[in-house]
Amino acid sequence: MTATAPPAPARERRGPGPKLPLGERWSRRGPLLPALLLVVLFTQLPMAVTVYYSLQSRNLLRPGESAFAGFDNYVAVVTDAHFRGAVVNTVVLTAGVVLLAMALGVALAVLLDQRFLGRNVVRTLLITPFLVMPAAAALVWKHAMFNPLFGVLNWALSPFGVDRVDWVSEYPMFSLVLMLTWQWTPFMMLIVLAGLQSQDPEVLEAARVDGASALQTFRRITFPHLRRFIELGLLLGSIFIVNTFDPIYLITQGGPGQATTNLPYFIYQVTFRAFEVGEAAAAGVVVVLCTILIASFALRVISGLFREER
Amino acid sequence: MPAQPKRRRSGPRPSNVLVGVAAWAAALVFFFPVLWMFVSGFKQEAQASTDPPTFLFAPTLDQFAAILGRDFTPYLLNSLMASVGSTLLVLALATPAAYALSLRPVPGWRDSLFFFISTRFMPPAAIILPLYIIASNADVLDNVTVLSLVYTAMNLPIAVWMIRSFLLELPTAVLEAAKIDGAGFFTEVRRIILPMIAPGLAATALICFIFAWNEFFFAVSLTSTRAATVPVFLTGFITSEGLFLARLSAAATMAALPVVLAGWLAQKWLVRGLTMGAVK
Amino acid sequence: MQPSARTRIALAAGLAAVMAAGACSGAGGGGGDDADTLTVATVANPQMQDIEELSAVFEEETGIDVQFVILPENELRDKVTQDIATGSGQYDVVTIGTYETPIWAENGWLANLDEYAADPDYDVDDLLAPIREAVTYEDGLYAVPFYGESSFLMYRKDLFEAKGLTMPANPTWTEVADLAAQLDDPANDVAGICLRGLAGWGENLAPLNTMIHTFGGRWYDEDWNAQLTSPETTAAVQFYVDLVRDYGEDGAANAGFSECLTATSQGNAAMWFDATVGASVLEDPASSDAAGLMGYAPAPVMETEHSGWLWAWNLALPETSQHKDAAWEFMSWATSKEYIGLVGEELGWTRVPPGSRASTYEIPEYQEAAAAYAQPTLDQIANVNVTKPGLYEQHWAGVQYITIPEFQDLGTKVGQEISAAIAGNQTVEEALAKAQQYAEETAQSGGYQGG
Repeated sequence: MTATAPPAPARERRGPGPKLPLGERWSRRGPLLPALLLVVLFTQLPMAVTVYYSLQSRNLLRPGESAFAGFDNYVAVVTDAHFRGAVVNTVVLTAGVVLLAMALGVALAVLLDQRFLGRNVVRTLLITPFLVMPAAAALVWKHAMFNPLFGVLNWALSPFGVDRVDWVSEYPMFSLVLMLTWQWTPFMMLIVLAGLQSQDPEVLEAARVDGASALQTFRRITFPHLRRFIELGLLLGSIFIVNTFDPIYLITQGGPGQATTNLPYFIYQVTFRAFEVGEAAAAGVVVVLCTILIASFALRVISGLFREER
Repeated sequence: MPAQPKRRRSGPRPSNVLVGVAAWAAALVFFFPVLWMFVSGFKQEAQASTDPPTFLFAPTLDQFAAILGRDFTPYLLNSLMASVGSTLLVLALATPAAYALSLRPVPGWRDSLFFFISTRFMPPAAIILPLYIIASNADVLDNVTVLSLVYTAMNLPIAVWMIRSFLLELPTAVLEAAKIDGAGFFTEVRRIILPMIAPGLAATALICFIFAWNEFFFAVSLTSTRAATVPVFLTGFITSEGLFLARLSAAATMAALPVVLAGWLAQKWLVRGLTMGAVK
Repeated sequence: MQPSARTRIALAAGLAAVMAAGACSGAGGGGGDDADTLTVATVANPQMQDIEELSAVFEEETGIDVQFVILPENELRDKVTQDIATGSGQYDVVTIGTYETPIWAENGWLANLDEYAADPDYDVDDLLAPIREAVTYEDGLYAVPFYGESSFLMYRKDLFEAKGLTMPANPTWTEVADLAAQLDDPANDVAGICLRGLAGWGENLAPLNTMIHTFGGRWYDEDWNAQLTSPETTAAVQFYVDLVRDYGEDGAANAGFSECLTATSQGNAAMWFDATVGASVLEDPASSDAAGLMGYAPAPVMETEHSGWLWAWNLALPETSQHKDAAWEFMSWATSKEYIGLVGEELGWTRVPPGSRASTYEIPEYQEAAAAYAQPTLDQIANVNVTKPGLYEQHWAGVQYITIPEFQDLGTKVGQEISAAIAGNQTVEEALAKAQQYAEETAQSGGYQGG
């Protein structure tokens, strides 16, 4: 982690004018095309097929029957109580994890921004939950942490009168939020820490000389500076966590009942258990639209950060 | 990452004991599940499932041996092929693309840049069925190459943005000097640009490796035996068969180890990769 | 069908082009389509895992290489169905239940095995009649049973003795609940009874549906009107949920067959109502502390004379397999008398896959090893009436499931609601109200009602 990058040179001035010669335009495009082609093939094409499917009525378990369905699938999806439940679960899960992880992340980043013995080791330990393969982490949490009989969680909480709590059944959403917060706090922490360390030391020094208290400095100088970083963390985190699948598939399987079925798992179930191709695709399209909404905010923040640099 | 002045070192702030204690406590809480996973892998099954938990025991390698005996190696190899293969391909494709979006920008480079990143935000669940059916019709399900390509597409946006951010950091003067020297395009790239962004490429590679190695959803949906990766192996542990926590821990430890090590090595660049190069 | 053929070809061609490019750039290849390599998808139940262990014998005999995909029941079902339904052809042999066999055979997804099975060495007539019937569709054999099962009540004789209790010869559910209350001993980590709570039509719905039948309830009446909120069904479900919540295992909402098997074999349950095949593992001293301590009683009843489900895990041959002959070699080997003898000698006679062949029950070693549960298993299987498991005749053959394609989804959803009731997140009435609604929707959207 380093301080602010040196002001990037203004490349834009070397950017092409509107009237580049044709050959030049293509020679510039050349290097871009392979990457573009691959991404289009593996993301845009399937998406186009998804949109097509979403207008068809088709169930793979009844081969041979399929018909154009118009927007029936969308109506079916939007009026499906399970879908709406999945939307609510997704919002609760995402908001819960993102906010908790950010709160913890800010606190830890502030700690890590100080000097103390073994700071690098502490940072290394703290980022580890984010690195552990999510599938492995989910299974370890399920069987070693949450287990009602042998779980470490019940043992650790037993001095507080917690006894034999069956976390995954009784508090399924809380359990997932807990596990995902553990996983995502390092992510938030790293972003906020980078923000903290990119502050201009001279400004902080000046504030100190001027007699501002640490709290005042944090509120007046540090926090406004951090805001962008926090926004970025919240938005990127949201985009990733909205798509949470591994722990749901591995720990709760969306249950008990529909208690932890989020949108990706809902789509997975409609696709690979009910084999309702049309409805699954329609749900997918709806999710993509929502993601685009969040993503466009995220992009605005990202491009803001880039612009700020120059 | 180019050398930066180490700002913190200059401030003569004393090390703070209270902060240190708090930070260490937090670190231990966060690290505990990982530690527990690691430690449990060295237990006998009966020691792994006890109430209260067993902390002192004679370590054994039995569980690791049992996992390796259960044909774990092909999964490891597949994971390795999919993640290393995709990472190399990502670098090969993303470096020219990043170049075309920074140093010698194409018309409308900003749109392309944002197009790339928007694909990273695509929910995998929304495209899995078409991918599955297309792969099935092309008879390439359960194929490591296909999985590598999916991972390549998944990681390209991050890599393009990240490499671009490194390219933009190149001092203009050096590039201009090369131009004046009359260096041709390829010479410029080979002699000047690549060596200067090599650390950046290494960082990008590590980030891509991490994402590919840990990927679960595509692996579970698109592979079954021949191309199954480590996360797929782990799905066998969803339900318990007898006492199996120690074996699970051993498998999880082996599955997680490569990326944990890679991530520890790449700490400095982690945040940059996670934010597509927006935060350094 | 999906996109038009032209679109599909274009997509495939595009993908193939990129793939070729990828292969050239050294992304690594994914194992060739070896003519002598079979891919077998199977469920992570103990007997099935024994096949993997013993497959070296088969590989040596035939030179055919076998690769296994072993997954828990729910996940296996997802993968195999998705593979078959999309015609992907990744598997040469799939493990399916009695539910899937007729439906998939009707869809033309499975190869007819009559010709193969006519081989006198295979002795197809040795297969137990009720099981064989369950894997037959329109007089054709479409799968071969690896093991067959009904359900019965397994209990710890030592714990009964210690408390001075006796198991009635034909217990009712009321008696069982009463026994569970007396045997429940949380201080010593012993649950009164282990019952599946894990969501899934093949998980918690299996014991629950047998209970619904014997309480006089049912899923649908003659006209496909859903009956899940009828007084009988409600009483049965309430009974089940109360029983497992009051005297059941820890973490019940996430406990399935495997978890109950673990609990019982570790001595954490005094009774267990589940598949007869569970006995084969419980009686194996190598993996069970309860070996030799178990007693077996018929499936508990209420309004009916008998209860219990019928199920078999079978090996089937997908039409898409490129290696049909080799696949049959493997299937016939794994379901042969020879294999049963091999398991007995190599792994112990209790581990033999039960309930598939009549001849198994004539092997002296097996008779001795399985003395406690062999006859109860056969009796249970013989007593099942698949078209009238409760008080009513049904349109379909099946006790714990409804043999319509939609049941996979419907059963999963209902199973989830029940599991939520077991977790205490909702009442039985709430769960059944939702279940009733799903069942009604299914009857309509599937075109069964009024049709």
